Amino acid sequence: MYNAKYIIPGIIFFLALIFAPVAYNMGKGVFEVKPELPKDQKDCIEDAQTMRDKHMQILNEWRNEAVRDGERIYVNSKGKKYVKSLTNTCMSCHTDKTKFCDRCHDTVGVAPYCWDCHNLTPNQKSPIPLAENGEAGGH
Amino acid sequence: MKNTRREFLKLAAVSAIGVGAGRLGFLGDAPAHAGPLPGVANFEEGLKAKHWGMAIFTAKMTPELIEKCRTACHTEHNVPDIPGNKNIKWFWGASFEESFPTEHGHYLSEEVEHREFPLLCNQCETPMCVKVCPTQATFQRPDGIVMMDFHRCIGCRYCMAGCPFGARSFNFQDPRPFIKHFNPHFPTRMRGVVEKCNFCAERLAIGKMPMCVEAAGGALVFGDLADENSDVRKVLREHFAIRRKPDAGTSPSVYYIL
Repeated sequence: MYNAKYIIPGIIFFLALIFAPVAYNMGKGVFEVKPELPKDQKDCIEDAQTMRDKHMQILNEWRNEAVRDGERIYVNSKGKKYVKSLTNTCMSCHTDKTKFCDRCHDTVGVAPYCWDCHNLTPNQKSPIPLAENGEAGGH
Repeated sequence: MKNTRREFLKLAAVSAIGVGAGRLGFLGDAPAHAGPLPGVANFEEGLKAKHWGMAIFTAKMTPELIEKCRTACHTEHNVPDIPGNKNIKWFWGASFEESFPTEHGHYLSEEVEHREFPLLCNQCETPMCVKVCPTQATFQRPDGIVMMDFHRCIGCRYCMAGCPFGARSFNFQDPRPFIKHFNPHFPTRMRGVVEKCNFCAERLAIGKMPMCVEAAGGALVFGDLADENSDVRKVLREHFAIRRKPDAGTSPSVYYIL
């Protein structure tokens, strides 16, 4: 092999670089995020798996249907009715955004810009103060 | 030099944490201005119409009553109170000359000339703002309400140029610090979107009349212009009414009884 003294250390260095994150996370257990669930409520509008997978699509549908079509009542898969409202329905139960929404969003590095306009809970006393460092969606 | 910069950065980091922690403090228990949260039952009683419209008894609308309506509206919708020409208007008052410039009233009755007229979005039948909006953020509902989907607004301000009535306002800055009376049940807006009166679509959806109509105590009549038995049509049948700038061709749904 030509230039083995360069190529072999090069390959070793490359592999070390590639597997560095694997080595870094070795023995750290399963990746898990635990948002705090409401204590006085048992059921969300849909089951937990659906909410985990599809809450963004559901919220997107809610916003279009409520704002553009004026259809503001959501009927879930069990036939139960809910008002389509992020602040007034979701945040009535999930009262603390930092202990629920942010737990996952921060971990996976997404910053939805809901809170640029929407209020955190229907009980909020004053508007959300000015966001520092473009925290709220960065625009 | 290096040390002072390091100290400064440390201090900045600590302050940033402080500001971050401070954001949790406003999560209170009792809402500031809102009533009980509307539920599914309220939304099932929503008001429906073919063409929402309004008639205004301008003689009954004193400056005090206009101010009362304005406060009621702006409180409900979290409209910021910004002094100067960056102000946001959903409901406001103006003179005859400003309100009806195409009337060219030379020898007006003094009472009408000095009267203050309540102004709001005219909810036009052929709205200019909807035609010019490049993202369809402003759209017309089947019941005639010209509404805004703030999610889609890109802040191009074409609608402001298009509207012949100055009914639209632009958020030049974050409006939240300027909200005096806060309603947690209605969203606020962000910097860079246009906003205007929505004929209280969110209240009609729970079977309630618009805020200004409720506050005006009979001086504003609201109803279905397509239904000849409605209150608003009855009032318009009995009184002579004019609309603002009819030659702009937008056909407003707000009528002024002089």
